[in-house]
Amino acid sequence: MRTSERPAAPARSLPLTLRLNGRDATFTIEPEVTLLDLLRERGGLTGTKKGCDRGQCGACTVLVNGRRTLSCLALALAHAGDAITTIEGLADGDRLHPVQAAFVEHDALQCGFCTPGQILSAVGVIAEGRARTDDEIREAMSGNLCRCGAYPNIVAAVAAAREALR
Amino acid sequence: MSATAERPATRGFVGLPIDRVDGHAKVTGAARYAADAPIAAPLHATIVQATIACGRIIAIDERATRAVEGVVDVLTYHNATRIPALPFDFTAPSSEELAPLQSDEIKYDGQHVAAVIAETFEAARAGAALLRVEYESRAPELSPGGARTVEQPEQWFGSDAQPRRGDPERAFEAAGVRIDQTYTTPIENHNPLEPSATVAEWRDGELIVHDSTQWVRGTRAVLAKSFGLDEEKVRVIAPYLGGGFGCKGFFWPHPLIAAMAAKLTNRPVKLVLTREQMFTSCGYRSETRQRLRLGATRDGRLQAILHDVLGTSSRVGTFVETAGGVTAMLFDVPNIAVTHSIARLDVPTPTAMRAPGEAPGSFALGCALDELASACGIDPLDVLRRNHAAVDPSSGLPFSSKHLLACYERGAEAFGWSTRPQAPRAMRDGGELVGWGVATATYPALRSPAQARVVLGADGSVDVASATHDLGTGMYTILAQIAADELGVDPRAIRVRIGDSSFPIAPVAGGSMSSASVGPAVQDAARRAYREAIAIATSAGGSPLHGLGEDEIEACDGGLRSKREPSRAIAYGEIVRLGGSGAIEALGSAAPGDEGERLSFHSFGAQFVEVRYDEELARLRVSRALGVFDCGRILNAKTARSQMIGGIVWGIGMALMEETVRDPRAGAVVTNNFADYHVPVNADIAAIDVLFVEEPDLAFNPLGVRGIGEIGITGVAAAIANAVYHATGVRLRDLPIVPEKLLAAQAAV
Repeated sequence: MRTSERPAAPARSLPLTLRLNGRDATFTIEPEVTLLDLLRERGGLTGTKKGCDRGQCGACTVLVNGRRTLSCLALALAHAGDAITTIEGLADGDRLHPVQAAFVEHDALQCGFCTPGQILSAVGVIAEGRARTDDEIREAMSGNLCRCGAYPNIVAAVAAAREALR
Repeated sequence: MSATAERPATRGFVGLPIDRVDGHAKVTGAARYAADAPIAAPLHATIVQATIACGRIIAIDERATRAVEGVVDVLTYHNATRIPALPFDFTAPSSEELAPLQSDEIKYDGQHVAAVIAETFEAARAGAALLRVEYESRAPELSPGGARTVEQPEQWFGSDAQPRRGDPERAFEAAGVRIDQTYTTPIENHNPLEPSATVAEWRDGELIVHDSTQWVRGTRAVLAKSFGLDEEKVRVIAPYLGGGFGCKGFFWPHPLIAAMAAKLTNRPVKLVLTREQMFTSCGYRSETRQRLRLGATRDGRLQAILHDVLGTSSRVGTFVETAGGVTAMLFDVPNIAVTHSIARLDVPTPTAMRAPGEAPGSFALGCALDELASACGIDPLDVLRRNHAAVDPSSGLPFSSKHLLACYERGAEAFGWSTRPQAPRAMRDGGELVGWGVATATYPALRSPAQARVVLGADGSVDVASATHDLGTGMYTILAQIAADELGVDPRAIRVRIGDSSFPIAPVAGGSMSSASVGPAVQDAARRAYREAIAIATSAGGSPLHGLGEDEIEACDGGLRSKREPSRAIAYGEIVRLGGSGAIEALGSAAPGDEGERLSFHSFGAQFVEVRYDEELARLRVSRALGVFDCGRILNAKTARSQMIGGIVWGIGMALMEETVRDPRAGAVVTNNFADYHVPVNADIAAIDVLFVEEPDLAFNPLGVRGIGEIGITGVAAAIANAVYHATGVRLRDLPIVPEKLLAAQAAV
């Protein structure tokens, strides 16, 4: 007898191991899960923010093997084995990373929602040597929107952190 | 009079530029916004929105949606909880009169028509994409010009929406100099970086909601009314907001959908609006068309202002963009007529957006004054000075504290205004034309009743709690500073808890009124706790202060001591232990009295702007901005400066780039993302400076503080447009001032 039933669909979920803030973390996820949603919904790391989910605001910026990366445009399964640094992994215990400390000191934040992305972008920009002048900072940090308008203070914080990291 | 009353109001923390006390949580990712609520395994809901502006749903095909693995249910008007009409009032502030998913009717493009509920965000999103909704569409009305329904509200939020004095028509006709121009501002969206989110959970008949709201108690009230619950059965939690700017103030429909979905599935549900949905789901600033007629003497003294404002509202709610709201107050002019009209259209409902009314109104009025200065051949700052109002001409009442002339003076000096040539196109730097503009900033000082609780613990802890909010405004920090001064405790050692509807009452974080409302309540609560501590410390047997009088004691370093013998001291924790009741708990409250019958309360400021225009590239930039503000006492010099800079950045966005565009036939927003709706980025913002003329307004409240959240944007767009005229000789009266408009205007000259 013919049946209209199709064979059971193959399991869509696949295993993934990546290095998350210095520790191996393993997940079983569907291919369409972005790195951002993996971190937030399955990794418990809600510090990384979703501001637009289409790569236009920078709030989801994380470091992937040290590179500034928009985690909303990254499929998680494409990052097997990669080292991911999120805002939760930046401080050394209770000691803030110099960029974090500079953001507090220079009041480079108001609502704080864009702040994790700003800070990780700044860490990347400074490491790349692209924060040599205020104008360079403004340009390199322009992928991170701040609707509160903290830009002048962000520039001051990044410049101060650059000096602290010398 | 007791020594307590004579005690100086400050021990010195208020006003200091201390770091934001919530800064650490925000730079480490520990600050939890609504979508970060630590709820285990919630379901995810994704909203599907109408793709027509006017008509009705004729069919919904859920089959493909329900076939997606992980989809749990689909909410539509067929199975949604029945909710009564929600007419707006301040006890239950719903922006839309109709609850979502109640019928097949479609009133605007972007209206919520369904929600797909799934085990994962990905499944909910996939299911939403597969939902097939069929509509019967009618031609929508989308343009305010020629709208069938135009209303002229008599009042708006308690103020006369059609103020009039003297004989403005005759005075205008008789005036030696007349300006008659029309200014237009586009639809703008708040676009906080945090999309609105709700995590809803039902627990034993109680509804617990983590929500991106600027008004936890307002949200609680609407939810309770909607589901027929006592307000005590609803708890709304919002410790952090990723910005709001007004779009999270009044209640919008999506939290109801989250709560319905949680009820339907008996599971916690997380619902986050997409960035695209933010353009239609939580308000926007109405476009305005403002005709301004100024009549003046040849030396620039105003004789008449006629200000006619046309804005829009929707079929399901009302918001009036009162662009003429300050016109009758701002200048000393005997003859005034202001009108506000709203065209009802098939569009979403507009709402309050940073300085609602004042932002577009100060653009039109600030530009018209500059045009008057040009017509009279007078420096524009002199025209502002000549028309300065010493008393409030709209009410005849004296201002409680007005230092606008000092703002003009200090700003002019710091900016270097005296070297400004009168004629346009007279300043160049390299290949660029340079122009300077000025305009007046203003925002009313508002205040609402509020309460706060201060608890001193046996462990030495100091807790402050109030149902107020921190949108990035610095509320956590200033409340800690206020309590610190009353108690003699380091503000960094104080735990401030806000954003919870179960805390003592506080108003909406809107109208720039939180500091002036909640600050005095915290001050009162801290004073009560302080007096209670003194009572215990002077009466308990084991206390080193036993037997001393209240006036012999002062606060210091987390406790009390004898004024004469400072070594006789006791920490608050020890006092609490001596008191034996586990804690010292004090509820404080503060409310405005009848001072509004005698005085007029407003903040003021002066905005100075420099623009540079490269004619070869049609490249326009704001190279320098300075705001000088008279906002009463400044509670934290660092966070206040940041907030004012933010307001000026908003003004730059408003002037040069922000515009929400709808398809003129279909009504859909076509600029519903950050690539098409431009907000300022870091590279757009050059030097911004902020100065305060700091005169405490003690007639307004015991702290002398007025609000600072909104005044920063006012006047900026006018100052920029005026600077563009000064640089280029071209007047642009239609925002935003984008290069193509400049080029077209120059070509026409």
